[in-house]
Amino acid sequence: MKTVIIKYNAGNTRSVQFALERLGVTGIVTDDEAEIRSADKVIFPGVGEASTAMNYLRNKGLDKVITTLEQPVLGICLGMQLLCKHSEENNTDCLGVFDLAVKKFESPVENMLKIPQIGWNNITGLHSTIFEHVPENSYMYFVHSYYAALGPETVATANYVINYSAALQKNNFYAVQFHPEKSADVGGNILESFLKL
Amino acid sequence: MLTKRIIPCLDIKDGRTVKGVNFENIRDAGDPIELGALYAQQGADELVFLDITATNERRKTLSELVTRIAQHVNIPFTVGGGIASVEDVSVLLNSGADKISVNTAAFKRPELLNELSREFGSQCVVLAIDTRFENGDWYVYLNGGRVATTTKTIDWAKEAAERGAGEILLTSMNNDGTKQGFALDITAQLSQSLNIPVIASGGAGTMEHFADVFTKGQADAALAASIFHYKEMEIPELKTYLYNKGIQMRF
Repeated sequence: MKTVIIKYNAGNTRSVQFALERLGVTGIVTDDEAEIRSADKVIFPGVGEASTAMNYLRNKGLDKVITTLEQPVLGICLGMQLLCKHSEENNTDCLGVFDLAVKKFESPVENMLKIPQIGWNNITGLHSTIFEHVPENSYMYFVHSYYAALGPETVATANYVINYSAALQKNNFYAVQFHPEKSADVGGNILESFLKL
Repeated sequence: MLTKRIIPCLDIKDGRTVKGVNFENIRDAGDPIELGALYAQQGADELVFLDITATNERRKTLSELVTRIAQHVNIPFTVGGGIASVEDVSVLLNSGADKISVNTAAFKRPELLNELSREFGSQCVVLAIDTRFENGDWYVYLNGGRVATTTKTIDWAKEAAERGAGEILLTSMNNDGTKQGFALDITAQLSQSLNIPVIASGGAGTMEHFADVFTKGQADAALAASIFHYKEMEIPELKTYLYNKGIQMRF
């Protein structure tokens, strides 16, 4: 089995690679179209800013590659937001796999809500194969200032003043807002289930 | 609900943990990876590794250590100690650290915070402040608490947040090592004045101290070292105690 991690300017590829290694899988970090297309599984990670990341993907032609992939794809954190339609972060048009808007958290009272959300939050309403070995209300590690709204493709929900999409799924595209690679053993279970798809 | 975080801190010198005591269930308590993995397994929410090595070899040793930690520890961790440049940070993040903490270097050249947040994002930039209460206010101390400044902690924390620090790690020198509890007043003051998380450090002695720093101190996370290393308190019991007090915890 060949697992590819998409290389671009907003990747936290090292942590994802190490998490795969802990599962006995070698992740190939690449931005080469042929390499990506020939993979059995594709992971699209991301930590960074949306417009810079989208510009980079467009310049490299990776936007068209990612949206036309037919094997299972897993977007993580910014990777998930980029798979949505549009992000409020610097008013950025994204890849549009999921027909959802990405918005910024707003504190209802000044300094009540710390932004970014940093830490462990529970996820509920789990209904995707990647959560096969994840109990309802499991805690995952989140670091983000922007969130994807709820929609028909939401397969897990988290709450940070409002309910939002902790995970999305549509056809072969899976996406999680949290970091499974940093979410202890239960996060590892998600990666393992994804690799078994 | 977002939980409060419990963060053990490990001091590292020449690639080894400095305060490592009798852990029967691990082979080498001086090994940062074994100790870190044990804490992760016990339910620590994050780890902080503070490098206190002073030699020229430190950078290489540290980045190799960070890689080994990242390979074996499946929760987020921060690396701090003597970090002074964008390049230092780049090496550590590329080695697998999730966050880095800066202290004296950022105070001496505050633009460092702007540079780091622009280059890597605020989420991985932790500003550590050592603070002491004297003459009616809390002031910033540098160089591991050896050098006093005339800057008030609240002012520096606000400036740092504006410049792009993603979290504040606040250590009260008055409380550190006393086991008499955290500095609740300055922790609460920072938490109310900033829209970024505050990690309280210094003074943890009892489970009640943790409850106090999360409720009265309004801290987002609490850091402790010796009480965990010397097994005066076990993380699972601490988290159960806090949960029963109505404080959100991850299990």
